Amino acid sequence: MNKDLDLPERSKAPVNLAEDTILDEATVSRLLELGISRRGFLSFCTGMASLMVLPQAMIPKLAAAATAPTKPSVVYMSFQECTGCLESLVNSFAFRGGTTIDNLILNMISLDYQETLMAAAGYQAEDLLKTVTSKPGYVLVVDGSIPAKWDSGYFVSGGRSGVARFRDAAKNAGLIIAVGTCASFGGLPKADPNPTGAVSISELMASLGIRKPLINVPGCPPIPEVITGVILYYLASGMPSLDSLYRPTMFYEKTVHDECYREESFEDGPFALTFDDANARKGGCLFKLGCKGPATHNACSTIKWNQGTSFPMMSGHGCIGCAEPDFWDRINLNGKKGFYVQLAHGGDDD
Amino acid sequence: MATPNVIIDPVTRIEGHLRIQAYAIPDGKGGGTIKDPGLSASTMVRGVEQILKGRDPRDAWAFTQRICGVCTVVHGLTSVRAVENAIGIKVSKNADYIRNMMIGAQYVHDHVMHFYHLHALDWVDVVSALKAIPANTASLSAKNNPNYKPNNGKLPDAIYFQNVLDRLNGLVNRGQLGLFANGYWGHSAYKLSPEENLLLVSHYLEALGWAREVVKLHTIFGGKDPHPNLVVGGMPCTLSSNTGPVSEDKGGTSLNTAGLAIIKKSVDTMKTFVDQVYLPDVVLVATKYKEWADYGATEGNFLCFGEFPDPALVKKEFVDGAIDYPAGYVFPPGVIWANNLNGLFPFDESKVTENVAHAWYSGSDAGAHPSVGSTVLNYTGPAPDSASYMLDESKRYSWIKSPRYNGQPMEVGPLAHILMMHARNTLDTDKQVRTGVAQYWTGALKLGFDQLNSTLGRIFCRMLETKIIADQMANWYQRYEANKAGAYWNPNTFTRLTQPKSWPKSVGFGFTEAPRGALGHWVKINPTTYMIDNYQCIVASQWNAGPRDAKGIEGPYEHALVGHVLADVKKPLEVLRTIHSFDPCIGCAVHIVDSEGQPLVQVEVNHSYRSLS
Repeated sequence: MNKDLDLPERSKAPVNLAEDTILDEATVSRLLELGISRRGFLSFCTGMASLMVLPQAMIPKLAAAATAPTKPSVVYMSFQECTGCLESLVNSFAFRGGTTIDNLILNMISLDYQETLMAAAGYQAEDLLKTVTSKPGYVLVVDGSIPAKWDSGYFVSGGRSGVARFRDAAKNAGLIIAVGTCASFGGLPKADPNPTGAVSISELMASLGIRKPLINVPGCPPIPEVITGVILYYLASGMPSLDSLYRPTMFYEKTVHDECYREESFEDGPFALTFDDANARKGGCLFKLGCKGPATHNACSTIKWNQGTSFPMMSGHGCIGCAEPDFWDRINLNGKKGFYVQLAHGGDDD
Repeated sequence: MATPNVIIDPVTRIEGHLRIQAYAIPDGKGGGTIKDPGLSASTMVRGVEQILKGRDPRDAWAFTQRICGVCTVVHGLTSVRAVENAIGIKVSKNADYIRNMMIGAQYVHDHVMHFYHLHALDWVDVVSALKAIPANTASLSAKNNPNYKPNNGKLPDAIYFQNVLDRLNGLVNRGQLGLFANGYWGHSAYKLSPEENLLLVSHYLEALGWAREVVKLHTIFGGKDPHPNLVVGGMPCTLSSNTGPVSEDKGGTSLNTAGLAIIKKSVDTMKTFVDQVYLPDVVLVATKYKEWADYGATEGNFLCFGEFPDPALVKKEFVDGAIDYPAGYVFPPGVIWANNLNGLFPFDESKVTENVAHAWYSGSDAGAHPSVGSTVLNYTGPAPDSASYMLDESKRYSWIKSPRYNGQPMEVGPLAHILMMHARNTLDTDKQVRTGVAQYWTGALKLGFDQLNSTLGRIFCRMLETKIIADQMANWYQRYEANKAGAYWNPNTFTRLTQPKSWPKSVGFGFTEAPRGALGHWVKINPTTYMIDNYQCIVASQWNAGPRDAKGIEGPYEHALVGHVLADVKKPLEVLRTIHSFDPCIGCAVHIVDSEGQPLVQVEVNHSYRSLS
């Protein structure tokens, strides 16, 4: 097992580290070129496959995708965002060879446009964007919402509106991934009263008549392994199964409450009634302090955050519901909004 | 003014969306000199403060935190402090120790990543690194970073650097340069040797792996990073009743034996990398680019709100676990005027104004205190999507408002912090500033103290304050660890929010020194509904990146570019160097909306007691 990944209990069963998994010679030699052993790679794949609840037969496909001689092009564009999604993604990078091989995401793709990290600026950046979006088939990753009115002036970059930048970049994309709750559902800019007329990527695609495969990866920000896992899955095997909100079911099928270790006290008590009370120290359920876990679909309580270090409830704060549509404006008990107001209903989702 | 011939849009390797326009008088060889200030413009807005109206003040931190995912802790915490200040709630020692550690971790993480991932490529030529001789790079590494052993616990050798080189060559051979494509490689302003370039590229890659380890401190205390959780009245995390791993049977929290060990390890990892890699690398770059101490000066006015209440100065402990400090902050609140670098003047919050004369907001052109400011989004710029799109500095041209102090533009950030500490010269950390400046800046580099007001000075001061904070982290951790069974949250907080008669004031002011400088939030809570009536932020990058004011006085970015000599106006590397030296955070700088324009009353602030009122 990859020690860096704290694997969820529920998904350990279907996948085992298989010494006999067949990798062709070309794949193995390309792995070695990347400084990664066959065994180390299999252990990485097993970790990823476990997170995604994949069958073992997928491992060679993951290997082939991860070591393809020409790397798939990924174009990452930012609109009305806070850079938190990219910060989160960066937390999945690690470049020291040796035992950590989570760096595969960077070896596996060619990140051809990303404004926060790229060397090119200004004219040279714009020129690069034109070049990389002229070859069809790239994965377009988008973070941030976009003001629906092109001439509002609320988003302009390189002299072009958000609408025009997105439309042009979407044209030749093979897949669009909306990363984060702002891109997936409108997020903070769209919170009442939506001062800039912000819309999500799916809304903008509908209004522009863009028909392309779309995957929403919500979360404020999303868990890095979820972002990389979705990209890896797509490269290995095409579109993952999606729910009605275009979320990959492999990561968003369950609520964070379902797999939370505090769930037991939700059934039987004791609940934490204030922060730092005796029950809070015991790990009592945070439902009465406003936890939105029962209504929030995400993998925080299984994959956890920052290489399995912790997650919001483990660190004493209820879930604020950040992966759900319109979570900033959720109406709770007694018709009130608020992260410290108890959910209107006791359980499951809406 | 002539049509701008230097345009950078998008400015990359920053947070947010920034456009720079300037005019360089041509030298006839493709280059030129910037004689007059151009303009700095932000071209994205979301309206976070308008969204906050009518919300529960306890929730505000989560909204303001999303102003910026890079400055993820400080906006949340400033909001928490503003609400605590408004309702008169004191927080416990543990809460302050943890907050110091979280802000400190953010500084170290941000500043190191800024140097390597946002700024280094202005000084490091990646293509030149391909020509490096690995064995010579290993010798250089042993000399420059003698204690840094990333090679399985050993010094990196020729094979190690050959491996880095192979990876770079792999990108080139595939024709997929990815993030390194279309840089200004081969530009005549690059001066490092191939070996120096390869060494720094190697550290660029390694710093990514380091960064994700050190943020685990935020994860233990706040449950995730970016955007860890906070709470008004203290911290949401608390000591685990169960020292072992959390489980359904045994419960517990992240603050168990393993969690505390992760915090300790993060603290140690920060210090090691700063001492072994970041500090010597900054000195190496500075040695080769000394002339950049002659460019990029601002007008010489500096401002600091103050940060890191010093636990050694705790004066009084209350029965509920809360504490009071005397006016003791590692970074002192203060003002320095007109390059009088030894004159530290007191900071007076009532002298802060915001000006919208050149920003896309309607409202009076006269500067107004944030407590009485009124602004409405009002875009009057050119329509986008046209080849002739150009901004005009004689009109409105940015979503950033111009903050002024006593009517003057001020530089904020690491340079300001270091100058304040140097001028105060009382705490041990102040002495550390003097030692660091004497050893490296005026010593090894033989630069004048007043040359700190420069592009290179900003880079140096950012490193020096990182070193000071990385050293302080162990101190804060030790004090927290000794007191970990104590209180984390003030249980009166939520009830006090519904008792307006107990509130000491009608407008709360919270401040933080963010990694990019002075950050203040103002909140007015409605005494009947207990919801937010009005919310205003004045943010670090707003001070530095803001446009001209009603008097036509330009902002610090705009001022700092005057005098720059460009080798090639089509590749304005020199402009990027100075803009990046400020570490722009433009998502932060743009956020102001207050559609109602209801006046807030005068804010009273006692800086000795921060939010402890």
